[in-house]
Amino acid sequence: MSVDTATVKKVASLARIAISDADAERLAPELNNILGWIEQLGEVDTSAVEPMTAVIPNRLRLREDVVTEGGQRDAVLANAPQGEHGFFTVPKVVE
Amino acid sequence: MSQITDLGIAALRDGIRAGTFSAREVADAFVVAVSKAKALNAFIVETPDHALAAAKAADEARAAGETLKPLAGVPIGMKDLFATRGVQTTAASHILEGFEPVYESTVSQNLWDAGAGMLGKLNTDQFAMGSSNETSYFGNVVSPWRRGGGDNAPLAPGGSSGGSSAAVAARIVPGATGTDTGGSIRQPAAFTGIAGIKPTYGRCSRWGVVAFASSLDQAGPMARDVKDCAILLENMAGFDPKDSTSLDLPVPRWEADLSADLKGKKIGIPKEYRVDGMPAEIESLWQQGIDWLKDAGAEIVEVSLPHTKYALPAYYIIAPAEASSNLARYDGVRYGLRELPEGANLQEMYAATRAAGFGDEVKRRILIGTYVLSAGFYDAYYTQAQKVRALIARDFELAWDQCDLLLTPTAPSAAFALGEKSADPLAMYLNDVFTVPSSLAGLPAMSVPGGLDASGLPLGLQIIGKPLDEQGVLNAGLAIEQRAGFAARPEQWW
Repeated sequence: MSVDTATVKKVASLARIAISDADAERLAPELNNILGWIEQLGEVDTSAVEPMTAVIPNRLRLREDVVTEGGQRDAVLANAPQGEHGFFTVPKVVE
Repeated sequence: MSQITDLGIAALRDGIRAGTFSAREVADAFVVAVSKAKALNAFIVETPDHALAAAKAADEARAAGETLKPLAGVPIGMKDLFATRGVQTTAASHILEGFEPVYESTVSQNLWDAGAGMLGKLNTDQFAMGSSNETSYFGNVVSPWRRGGGDNAPLAPGGSSGGSSAAVAARIVPGATGTDTGGSIRQPAAFTGIAGIKPTYGRCSRWGVVAFASSLDQAGPMARDVKDCAILLENMAGFDPKDSTSLDLPVPRWEADLSADLKGKKIGIPKEYRVDGMPAEIESLWQQGIDWLKDAGAEIVEVSLPHTKYALPAYYIIAPAEASSNLARYDGVRYGLRELPEGANLQEMYAATRAAGFGDEVKRRILIGTYVLSAGFYDAYYTQAQKVRALIARDFELAWDQCDLLLTPTAPSAAFALGEKSADPLAMYLNDVFTVPSSLAGLPAMSVPGGLDASGLPLGLQIIGKPLDEQGVLNAGLAIEQRAGFAARPEQWW
């Protein structure tokens, strides 16, 4: 399987990373090189194997459905690049 | 007496307890050593006040006749992947530059609760993605080691925990935290002639550790010797309800139970680790390690881990896939960098922020991860990789029928020069060929220094253990350490 610059741009758009045409040109062969190498996994017969979900058998715990750390608005907002009136702010998304 | 900075964790702890020197003297000595070592670029932020405050608390406790905490007054370095309250935490990325967490990671909190102090935040590969510490936004870390014979080419300290390895090897910190996703504690430890252990997945809480690949990420200590690693690990590990994969088990007394007597132990030598093109020096060090373990009373058996060659490609699907998901949180909204070009909408803001904030290797891995998880490719890549991962784990399980521990080289070469491999991502990835399989299986594994190559650079040996058998790993490490008598250290040029 080989990716072209259009695919690179599509993947970058899915990943929300702005890339230029020059970036895409540069990345396509790089990614192909890596993808070509990882495709050797196709050689392995895995027809009778379940995909691994946990390396160490460990049952996921449930916790009590209670607030553990509430009332931390200022701490939550402390590192926001932009916040107003106790909210995160972003460019306008609705007209 | 030797210089304070020549002492390791155990000697500092014991000396402070005995009153041989004060914690203040210790903190001062290391703070000065750190401030003089800028040429290594091992630190992103220095925090002398943190170390001095811990020293003050230790000295006051001792003066008051109180029982000292396990690491009272011992200063350490903290990899910049651990969130530290009020101290910039960046994962060596631009996108987190200026981020000052309002919370403390569990592992660092455990260390402060044990009385340790922090000398600063250690440089690393960006988001821990790299094997040479060349992907940091804050510049390369330079290894304190140099090749002999007047070759002054700056060498890689390994990665991703390259600030940690360089700082410990240069004796500007007595010990440091690292994190290991595919070898990021063990390979840098091997490159710099120090010890480092990645415990069983789940021993150390991931809470407050900047996430790279959550099913693989594990914290662990890096220090000058095995005993120091045992002490630090005891004070880092432990159940944490805030990490859903944290193991709800008591922390063993690894230090107290250290023993270099390996009678009755079987050590497996995996034949698939004899890779093509392995330098003869590494081959002979491996044989030397086998002889040392025999001398310690162990029996040597050859074992087979048939899926070894597929570990790296599986890792380079799984780790980028998890990274692409984990790093989706850097959106320029809640913390970190925001790039808002004139007139940009929300989606454009995300894309511009991430383009400006992530380095090339991080972007490369996010793109790979996004691609292998995208519709139509998920099963061919990701599901297949998780199946191969199950086979790799099964290889180890079958090996445990024949042996208790495995011995391998840590890395396929000694440290390379900065810039030597950075142009070729695949060549860089191959550095982790011996460390990735045990990461995929969640096993405890450690690197200890074994000797020097012909140009005078350290080489490491890796011990891999069964799940939860950190003790067995540490003990075999100790047996090698005692026999290797590794005393080489880099000559100070910084």
